[in-house]
Amino acid sequence: MLSGKERTYVEHRLEKAPTGIRGFDEITQGGLPKGRTALVTGGPGTGKTMFAMEFLVKGATEFGEPGVFVSFEETADELIANSASLGLSLPELCDANLLYMDYVRVERSEIEESGEYDLEGLFIRLSHAINTVGARRLVLDTIETLFSGLSNVSILRAELRRLFRWLKDKNISTIVTGERGAESLTREGLEEYVSDCVILLDHRVTDQVSTRRLRVLKYRGSEHGTNEYPFLISDRGFMVLPITSVKLDYAVGEERVSSGIPRLDAMLGGKGFYRGSLILVSGTAGTGKTTVAASFADAACRRGEKTMYFAFEESAQQVVRNMRSIGLDLEQWTGKGILKIVGQRPTIHGLEHHLMSMQFMIDDFRPTTVVVDPVTNLSQVGSLRDVRLMLSRLVDYLKARNITILFTSLTQGGTDAELTDVGISSLADSWMKLQNLEAGGERNRGISILKSRGMSHSNQVREFLLTDQGIDLVDTYTGPEGVLAGSARVAREDDERAQEAALRLEIERLEEDRKKRRALLEDQITRLRSEYESAEKELEGRIRLEKLKMETIFRKRKEMGTSRKAET
Amino acid sequence: MAKKKDSEIATEAFEKVLRGGQEQRYVLRLYVTGSTPKSARAIRNLRRICEEHLKGKYELEVVDIYQQPELAQEADIIATPTLVKKLPLPLRKFIGDLSDADQVIKGMNITPKS
Repeated sequence: MLSGKERTYVEHRLEKAPTGIRGFDEITQGGLPKGRTALVTGGPGTGKTMFAMEFLVKGATEFGEPGVFVSFEETADELIANSASLGLSLPELCDANLLYMDYVRVERSEIEESGEYDLEGLFIRLSHAINTVGARRLVLDTIETLFSGLSNVSILRAELRRLFRWLKDKNISTIVTGERGAESLTREGLEEYVSDCVILLDHRVTDQVSTRRLRVLKYRGSEHGTNEYPFLISDRGFMVLPITSVKLDYAVGEERVSSGIPRLDAMLGGKGFYRGSLILVSGTAGTGKTTVAASFADAACRRGEKTMYFAFEESAQQVVRNMRSIGLDLEQWTGKGILKIVGQRPTIHGLEHHLMSMQFMIDDFRPTTVVVDPVTNLSQVGSLRDVRLMLSRLVDYLKARNITILFTSLTQGGTDAELTDVGISSLADSWMKLQNLEAGGERNRGISILKSRGMSHSNQVREFLLTDQGIDLVDTYTGPEGVLAGSARVAREDDERAQEAALRLEIERLEEDRKKRRALLEDQITRLRSEYESAEKELEGRIRLEKLKMETIFRKRKEMGTSRKAET
Repeated sequence: MAKKKDSEIATEAFEKVLRGGQEQRYVLRLYVTGSTPKSARAIRNLRRICEEHLKGKYELEVVDIYQQPELAQEADIIATPTLVKKLPLPLRKFIGDLSDADQVIKGMNITPKS
């Protein structure tokens, strides 16, 4: 019953023309409506032209569908130059007859209208262009320019209606671009003609950081994501970032990976973290977050696993140098190409840009472990909410690829250390807190596990020592003054050692005593026994003697009686 | 406004002197789409204007862009019919069936014959 329903649904599903734009085909479940017209609208500089150009170029190069670009604003040369900055080589495509560009210049000052006319000239040009390359795709960028060049609006409107119908009949997948008006989607109300699919591009600048966003306003006959999706225009082209995270359905494994700190592994049920989980290391400044992160990265490299380290505070060289001081040689891994350290200031990009460029680097490098140190620095370029959203996207992206992630998070001194600045702790599978244990006039580092999903873990605070051989964890002491660490711990350890020695001595002494006493008593026992034995012998002799005497008396008495012939 | 007109008249007079009294030639090209009613009307209207006002000093070429679509791109034609005045400069385009003769005459800067 259900499967039958599903089948008809699939049969009637709208055919799509894939755009090849990374992310976009995911949110629209396949691309733009095939053989129909889509409207791409947005303010100036929002990337409409680039979106449209990418649609044509990908169509020509990846999907075997040649295209025609009709520009009403930019000349072919300008388009070629602009597209080159996106890594698109238009002249090659034109030479290969996969792309046809036509620049339509509408200059009002040159044109005078006299009597009735139609736009058949435009139709002929389109049809000529389409036939020349056998186009299946078309872009009109932006046809609204006609309204500024021609004054007879009623003719224009009628002709546009005819044009869109004509394109539909020709079964050409078309993008028309429009400039967003003050109160309407497009200045001239193009949305009135294009009813199948409307895409809105937006470009906002908040706190001097720009973010681009895309939204599918309408998609007749198709499901589509309705959120605003951030996008990026870079030398790799136009890319949309879908929130794939809505589903929490990544495969989870049982495999565990070492933290690089044996004692910490022991605290984590003896085996370390789960592969593909998110580990959060939070702490105030100078508590050793980077060191924990680097040890983790080092351990991954040691296993021969590719690791990517995003350093938002330090340069790559600085990380390498600092880690050398605790005996971690990261350079050997970078040299072998197992480790890649990317040092960059968060402020160079907006959040989306960061997220995407991180994703692309990850895609290129294909690591199994990713470290971001610290994620909290990203809050310089976005609101808490945005950072949180961005990080959850990044986490989902990585988890879907079973990549183990370690984030460090800087907590501000004075605030509750268990509140991470970007509120990502709920995302974390394992959360370690590094803290300063301040007592007795010194600061010492402590580490504890706040949570670690799906494994038994220690509840102890351990002292965290940075030695020139890496990190060592030692037990801390809890006394009436609180947790003892550092010299207080050392003093306490000395005390305990002395006590132990004293006890050991006492035990030895007692043992000796026991032995002595035993020997003494055993001696006495032997002596007494021999005394007893000799006394016994003497007594036995006397008994025998007395018995003999008695027998003699009896015998004599009997003999005497016989001789007297006594009457018995 | 009036001043501008004066200056225009002055310039024209000056140019006339420069040309040594020789008449300005008009090079016109009319882009049509086959024999649609609008095309036919435009051809008829233009011929009449030329015969009345530019007799003997114009060249007219009628281009059917159905037959030669590449010429539509070359001349940047979108609307049809379109009349292009190539000479004298500046280049001007008139779109429509040219039913308003006075407007065309004015736009082409032709001194109408009373």
